[in-house]
Amino acid sequence: MSALLETGNLSIAFGGITAVDQVSLAVSPGQIHSIIGPNGAGKTTLFNLISGLYTPSAGSVKLAGEDVTGLPPEQLARRGLSRSFQNLQIFFRMSAVENVMVGCHRHERTGILSHLLALPNVRAENRNSREIAMAQLARVGLADLAEKEAGSLSYGALKRLEIARALATEPRILLLDEPAAGCNAVETEEIDRVIHDVAKAGIAILLVEHDMRLVMRISDEITVLERGRKLVSGKPEAVREDPRVIAAYLGTFGSDEANRA
Amino acid sequence: MERLLRSRWALVLALAFVLAALPLVFPSNYYFRVAALVNIFALAAIGLNLLMGYAGQVSLGHAGFMGIGAYAVAIGASRFGLNGAVAMLAGAAIAGLLAFIVGRPILRLKGHYLAVATLGLGLLISMALTNEAGWTGGPDGMAVPRLELFGTRLRGPDTWYMITAGALVLGVILALNLIESPTGRAMRAIHDSEIAARVVGVDVAAYKLKIFVISAIYASIAGSLMAFLNGHITPDGTAGFLRSVELVTMVVLGGLGSVLGAIVGAAMLVILPQALTIFHEYEHLLLGLIIMASMILLPRGVIPSLLARLRGGGA
Repeated sequence: MSALLETGNLSIAFGGITAVDQVSLAVSPGQIHSIIGPNGAGKTTLFNLISGLYTPSAGSVKLAGEDVTGLPPEQLARRGLSRSFQNLQIFFRMSAVENVMVGCHRHERTGILSHLLALPNVRAENRNSREIAMAQLARVGLADLAEKEAGSLSYGALKRLEIARALATEPRILLLDEPAAGCNAVETEEIDRVIHDVAKAGIAILLVEHDMRLVMRISDEITVLERGRKLVSGKPEAVREDPRVIAAYLGTFGSDEANRA
Repeated sequence: MERLLRSRWALVLALAFVLAALPLVFPSNYYFRVAALVNIFALAAIGLNLLMGYAGQVSLGHAGFMGIGAYAVAIGASRFGLNGAVAMLAGAAIAGLLAFIVGRPILRLKGHYLAVATLGLGLLISMALTNEAGWTGGPDGMAVPRLELFGTRLRGPDTWYMITAGALVLGVILALNLIESPTGRAMRAIHDSEIAARVVGVDVAAYKLKIFVISAIYASIAGSLMAFLNGHITPDGTAGFLRSVELVTMVVLGGLGSVLGAIVGAAMLVILPQALTIFHEYEHLLLGLIIMASMILLPRGVIPSLLARLRGGGA
């Protein structure tokens, strides 16, 4: 299977600090690829580079073979890359279903003059977007909260709302930045199910997550970052056993302890 | 969806009913004049509210666009012999074009910086109108030829009340349509999180510009109508900084993100100074107190705060 998303020696420096340093990785359709690493390892910065929020100082990003390095996020969304955020980015004053309808934006074709006049094709498009949005809400288990104002939803629900909104863009690759952070066990289970379900539909998934049990359970591949560099990459079982990974997480003392144990 | 549509038309119908019924209780032409002014400022405030309340972008220079609309009909008719209605459309086109050209660099700014940049734009327009005395009559202003449509001269506050009421209803319908459209969702999304809007494919800069242009056209049309109603215009009265502040106050007082709120805010700021004249020298003091009290008691603006209370959520 050829890679859908490929980064080549992706790097960015802020001031004198190289936050992401020559990271290369690849994700194929339907694959769940997780990025793990200690706090400050550069996971979210890597996401911001791939999703076009930051412009890399060096290296490349390829989407389905096309060089998309430095393209702004709205252009990447049109090419099939969307994401969720670690700190929630929700349209709080809109209803849940309207949040997801914004995700349908790239498929909406009517112009602003038709919008002002509410022409029949706009009403048809509104209905269509609403149907798609409702289907995505159902997919993440939020169908019954569709008409609620997003600002009134629980944290766990908002995490899933972000995923539904990203899914409404019909992405080919989805970047999920800590989708289970701050969620209780039931909500984590739900997110686990959603991610599996999305990957099964053939969408590539790049995941940053701190919940190690979740990561080990669902990942096809894991890349470990430490201080902006790629430390190890491989299958979950291999990564779990790798002494360098244990050292990065626990320090060398910890790895000695782990070796002895 | 059904419920939404019904409430959208309920608002339009209620407004049309009130606007049609008011003449029955107006005792004199003076009332028609004040009500026409309410309609005109409500129209400008609705446009500004699309920009401020829905898309979340401030403009402290919006009266500049009113000035363009007002002087377009005055100059168009007196210097170029254009029909007033044509001149009004030309003014709207000029205001829209100016907003399009200036908006691109200005709308990259955020918050206070955007506020100051738009303030500068407003001052610039007002200064140009004052200094180009050969065209505009300078600070003393100029007369506006009466609008002639189908061979009749439109004059009298009662006639202009009807026309402005029609324009207001139309403006409300267009604004409500826009808010519930893909463009409306995009601009409301931009208000809450530009970053999230971008990653789902919304071209944030393009949408800010579109809304800026639309709100400029609303203001320009309102300015043209004001020129026709008054028959005489000055740079300060149409494009002045205080006018811009007044428009922002209407939007905030009535309720950011509420079309009805913009109308209520406009009504308050037009009617109160008239009603308070009976208090002579305390007029401005009282106006200031009422505005402050309203903001303290209804902090999200009159309409959103009252709606929240009606729903039992508290303000």
